Amino acid sequence: MMNNADASTGAAVVVRGLHVRRGGSEVLDGLSLAVPRGRIVGLLGPSGSGKTTLMRAIVGVQVVRSGEIEVLGLPAGSAALRTRVAYVTQQPSVYDDLTVRQNLRYFRRVLGAPAGDVERVIARTELGPVADRLAGTLSGGQRGRVSLAAALLGSPELLVLDEPTVGLDPVLRVELWGLFRALADDGVTLLVSSHVMDEAKRCDRLLLMRDGELLADDTVAGVLEVTGTDDVEAAFLRLIERGEPDLRSPAEHDRHPHGRHEASAPAAAPEEPR
Amino acid sequence: MTLTRTFATAGRVLAQIRHDPRTIGLLVVVPSLLIGLVAWIFVDTDVFSDIGPAMIALFPFIVMFLVTSIATLRERRSGTLERLLSMPLGKGDFILGYALAFGLLAVVQTAVAVSFAVWVCGLEIAGSVWLLFAVAVGDALLGTALGLLASAFARTEFQVVQFMPVLVFPQILLGGIFIPRDQLPAALEAISEWLPLSYAIDALQAVAADSESTEWVVGKLLVIGAWIVGSIVVGSVTLRRRTP
Repeated sequence: MMNNADASTGAAVVVRGLHVRRGGSEVLDGLSLAVPRGRIVGLLGPSGSGKTTLMRAIVGVQVVRSGEIEVLGLPAGSAALRTRVAYVTQQPSVYDDLTVRQNLRYFRRVLGAPAGDVERVIARTELGPVADRLAGTLSGGQRGRVSLAAALLGSPELLVLDEPTVGLDPVLRVELWGLFRALADDGVTLLVSSHVMDEAKRCDRLLLMRDGELLADDTVAGVLEVTGTDDVEAAFLRLIERGEPDLRSPAEHDRHPHGRHEASAPAAAPEEPR
Repeated sequence: MTLTRTFATAGRVLAQIRHDPRTIGLLVVVPSLLIGLVAWIFVDTDVFSDIGPAMIALFPFIVMFLVTSIATLRERRSGTLERLLSMPLGKGDFILGYALAFGLLAVVQTAVAVSFAVWVCGLEIAGSVWLLFAVAVGDALLGTALGLLASAFARTEFQVVQFMPVLVFPQILLGGIFIPRDQLPAALEAISEWLPLSYAIDALQAVAADSESTEWVVGKLLVIGAWIVGSIVVGSVTLRRRTP
């Protein structure tokens, strides 16, 4: 169950009652959710819905007002998580005045990852042809991939990716999702945000967010089923109209794969009676 | 904090600068050109022999302050600092890495500036040129350390440049370049006693005139060193892994 967060079947991330204020207003107002291990979880919502704040809180770089966040069985931001969790910000955070390889070499030394890792992540993100070019001379999409490559150094268990596919050519986008799937197959947990509802169908589970609250925490099929729609964009609108979120914890959903639930217990604490 | 990560950071900062020849040019050449300009302005007088040593303190100090504060601020703004602080990089690794890299540049810059002042502009040094060099390096490092500190309190490049008039100009005005510090009004003299640049200028002037003992100069150098260490410590304390 949720309490066995460090068992391989448990959750990689458990959030309970998270409150975050930024710039004087409540960005996240009592959010609870869980991210199962070894899956791709899509965090979808319009710009300003609190996706980045939630990701920052999970990575442990966000000042949090109240609430609990457990990541790989440890409190978010623990020193032990700094090599196990990797975060890719929306803006590529790489050094423009270094080559791709120099960037990756530096981050590798900071992480203490094995020496062969630089070439491994260059191959994995297909940056080979530009590896000796300055990052500042690359296209936006290429720089984004350098940022992603840096996150793959040291083989982290949890990857938190903030809009990794924004502005990418469709071919590259498909390739990138192929990479995410391959990583998940290796047991890596991915939390991927996007504002493109289309990308939802590539995820194992969805977290739909709006105004700092969850509209849904369910599988793609589950969300479509509950809302009686056939695409996520329509499901999003239906959930807003309905005014009642679709919150089915992974465990609950596995138990009743086809059941439609009236109860909407928070995903993070399904074992607690309400 | 680990040595590997500190040196990796210093190496990375130097690699960045290697890709930017214009910055190298500015760092190495500009202080010497300014010293040359001052010498030329006073070519028909003997003013340069009085204020020349102070110029060796001044220009490297200002240049290092600017370059360091903007470089570290750029790191905050580009998101790379946030990435590093979500990795196992110690705050001390970050600040010391920068201090090492820019410290090395300060040594090169000072060597060029001192050589230029002495052998090209004909600045007469009655004391030891090596001691003059040591004080000048300490002074450039002071600029680096204060630049690191200033960047911790600025959010934009625009703000960090505004710190120049606040942190640097009063030190120049009260440092004894315009009139000797002991001729300042008592209150200003007392303030100048607390400003690190005053110590650098005093020491450089004393070496140039050979008016004080080596121990006295080393004492001034220790005060500058304390300021450097203090700024680096405060600078690293202000780095936050979690931000609002």
